[in-house]
Amino acid sequence: MHSLKKNELNTIAVATFNLKINGKISRVDVDPATPMLWVLRDHLNLAGTKYGCGIAQCGACTVHLGGTAVRSCQLPVSAVGKEAITTIEGLSAKGDHPVQKAWLEHDVAQCGYCQAGQIMSAASLLKSNPKPSDEDIDNAMSGNICRCGTYTRIKAAIKTASKR
Amino acid sequence: METANTNYNRRSFLKVSALAGGGMLIGFNLFSSAKAANLVPTATPPGEAAGLTSFIKISPEGKITILAPNPEFGQNVKTAMPMIVAEELDVDWQQVIVEQAPFNTKLYGRQFTGGSQGIRQGWKSLRTAGASARQMLIEAAAQAWQVPAAEITTEAGVLHHKASGKSAGYGAMASAAAALPVPKDVKLKAVNTFKILSTSHKNVEGTNIVTGKPLFGLDYRQPGMLIAMMVHPPAFGQKLKSFDATPIRKMPGIQDVFSIQVYPDEYERQIFDDRTFNELVVIVGRSTWEVMQAKKKLRVNWESMADRVEKENAFGQKREVTIPGGLESTDAHYAKMKERDAQPAKQLRRDGDPEGAFKSAAKVIERTYTAPFLAHNNMEPLNCFAHVTPEKAFLAAGTQAPDFIERTIAARLGMPIDKIDIQLTRMGGGFGRKAYCHYMVEAALISQKMKAPVKLIYTREDDMTYGIYRPMYSLTFRAAFDAANNLTGFHVRGGGIPESPLGRSEGNFPAGAIDNYLADEWALPSNITIGAFRAPRSNFIAGAQQAFLDEVAEAMGKDPIDFRLELLERAKKNPVGKNNTYEVDRYAGVLKLVRDKSGWGQGNQPGVHRGVAVYFCHNSYAAHVVDLSMKDGQPVVERVTSAVDCGVVINPIAASNMIEGAVVDGIGNALFGNLTVKDGKPDQSNFDKYRMIRHNEAPKKIDVHFVQNEIDPTGLGEPPFPPVIAALANALYKATGKRLYTQPFGPQLGKSIQG
Repeated sequence: MHSLKKNELNTIAVATFNLKINGKISRVDVDPATPMLWVLRDHLNLAGTKYGCGIAQCGACTVHLGGTAVRSCQLPVSAVGKEAITTIEGLSAKGDHPVQKAWLEHDVAQCGYCQAGQIMSAASLLKSNPKPSDEDIDNAMSGNICRCGTYTRIKAAIKTASKR
Repeated sequence: METANTNYNRRSFLKVSALAGGGMLIGFNLFSSAKAANLVPTATPPGEAAGLTSFIKISPEGKITILAPNPEFGQNVKTAMPMIVAEELDVDWQQVIVEQAPFNTKLYGRQFTGGSQGIRQGWKSLRTAGASARQMLIEAAAQAWQVPAAEITTEAGVLHHKASGKSAGYGAMASAAAALPVPKDVKLKAVNTFKILSTSHKNVEGTNIVTGKPLFGLDYRQPGMLIAMMVHPPAFGQKLKSFDATPIRKMPGIQDVFSIQVYPDEYERQIFDDRTFNELVVIVGRSTWEVMQAKKKLRVNWESMADRVEKENAFGQKREVTIPGGLESTDAHYAKMKERDAQPAKQLRRDGDPEGAFKSAAKVIERTYTAPFLAHNNMEPLNCFAHVTPEKAFLAAGTQAPDFIERTIAARLGMPIDKIDIQLTRMGGGFGRKAYCHYMVEAALISQKMKAPVKLIYTREDDMTYGIYRPMYSLTFRAAFDAANNLTGFHVRGGGIPESPLGRSEGNFPAGAIDNYLADEWALPSNITIGAFRAPRSNFIAGAQQAFLDEVAEAMGKDPIDFRLELLERAKKNPVGKNNTYEVDRYAGVLKLVRDKSGWGQGNQPGVHRGVAVYFCHNSYAAHVVDLSMKDGQPVVERVTSAVDCGVVINPIAASNMIEGAVVDGIGNALFGNLTVKDGKPDQSNFDKYRMIRHNEAPKKIDVHFVQNEIDPTGLGEPPFPPVIAALANALYKATGKRLYTQPFGPQLGKSIQG
């Protein structure tokens, strides 16, 4: 199914994918090369995952693939397979994941556009490293750009979340 | 206690009416005291807002809804403005529901976001509206209870009459209050009695943001919506010659490929109609990915443009501007700026005898500072939803200037202005860029052509290479000293491509503090377009001027803060010249506060180097001390101490956030920000080449302090940004022994400080 060839007219074959997203199976019929970012945004109406650069340089599109943070703009739908995807909409049922709560407590957001990606990166970090040092936070978070400059609050919020 | 007259316009500023299902509607114009042209409408809008504006609603159940009028891009105005109303209305903030007002100039007055003016201009209107509503509720209760109004008190949305023990919620009196006349004068609360203001309240959109709700323009969608992308010339100075759409027309999902002319040939540009490329190729399709694939395969031929003349109409001032043809390059720009800087310039200010002071000087210090084009790089790339039918045009987008672009869209589509309906979405950053809304005109034209709802999306590359940059700037400072090492003369020469950073700042410090003072400027034309970028002009002046004053202080053997305070003392006791725009005590106030809070002069920690800077712009004062250490040739910012005087602080937690962000933004742009061009083509088109400050480069700690006073509040979005650049530069000098004169600093540090 994933080895379809492009023909001379550049028409790209569409394939069917059954994706496990936020605990549910979602079916999409798309070009296998389509990045998960656009599958989520255009086909599944999950707009919390943001487009920022399209080349995995800004982190706005960060989602979890099998529990690990990945940049969905560089993740073709054909590479997902049976791995579970979690987006910001599915991080918690009621918006009460410790990272989300810490974000509210520190009033982190300014424009807010990058924050879904920041939160997904932070949640993934804390899952693998529940008590990160400042350096650990820098290493895990430096792929996420915040144009408004909320970095110091993000770091404080991650530390608050790590205490829960 | 301050008294506000509710009739301070030629028409009534405030009107109260009954809500359809009972309750009270208090409408007013936000900026009614600011600008006559945007006053009360003559047309009567339909529905419950009939008659006037619609800002506060009190339902019979006591539900309080406040509409936030201004576009939101992170300055937190959607929380701050309703807080001001709620304070004077005297309600419990937890019970207030905040809604974003749809865009409607006729209803809401001037909804412009820029110049850090939102709170400053809205302060009196917002307070008066809240206080008037409260006074009318008191009157209604007084009539119902047959007691004197003066004996009625309010607290948290409840009316009390102590003597009789009667009390009622606002909702119970709202319908009756709506039938009363609007009071002529109302008393405003004393600043020291504020309960909601000057207390921290979380962002009203906080939960929606952390749960990924579709708040932004890019998230907006409607059934049957098509996706559009555009292709613009790769280089400034080029235009469309021809394109071959054949290879992409049959690609999956592609609906149409065509070109659009954004403005007609003879179009007279308004102030924000800045456009770079007037003819674009457009690809429309079903989904973003499909359109992106087609965009990569489109074959386009471009051609160079000759010099051209554009008509401009800036707030009624008509002029013709010649835009040069040709393909420009950054290297040539720097060479031309240097050459031009040595020629005579247009004088802006002259005090005393500056030429004489330099002629008789025992010593002169002269330094030239330069800075590059900067791209705004908002995290949300430009986008706009449009659905244009013969009857009307509906648009949904993030825009800082809806009332400007509304006129432009109406003119371009040939529709009356009341057929243009703009829904304001939250903006994923603005920083000035989203005042230039060519993307909205483009989206409207595409929808009109497709006869369908369309969302135009710029790729990151489209966004970064379109132009509307912060200009390239040059400032040359000269200081004259007599034989006793006194500062006797000062000369600042500003220049830039295509505008000088001076012009509107000739009354700013240190003018007024030096006997013999000269300011002049020049500019070089360019076909690279520029626009407002957080704290326009100041964003360069502060960094250069405050670094130069550091050098002057050093030459005079003085502490940098003591030296600035001496100059300010002079400007206070015996000011030089006229039109000095700053208040000396407030200027000195932030310097003293940052000195005390940072522990300036009390001995540095080993390996930690400090720099200070202070600046006044957009009506507020800001000073920073940067503490940094060096690691592998690059700075590690250990701490930034900030002191700000913006009058009354509306919402401290958000105000601090804004200042922290400005500090990070300033350090980031000073170290890395750089948009260069070669043969007209930007060298950077995405974040792999355009360095943005990242987590590991941000200050470890930012301590924010406010000057406590009761002065009417002024803006915060811009003022803290410019001076941090100089505080960083001055600290870097302490760390490395080298003064840096060219931004960005980062690349020079790597080379100069190895080992």
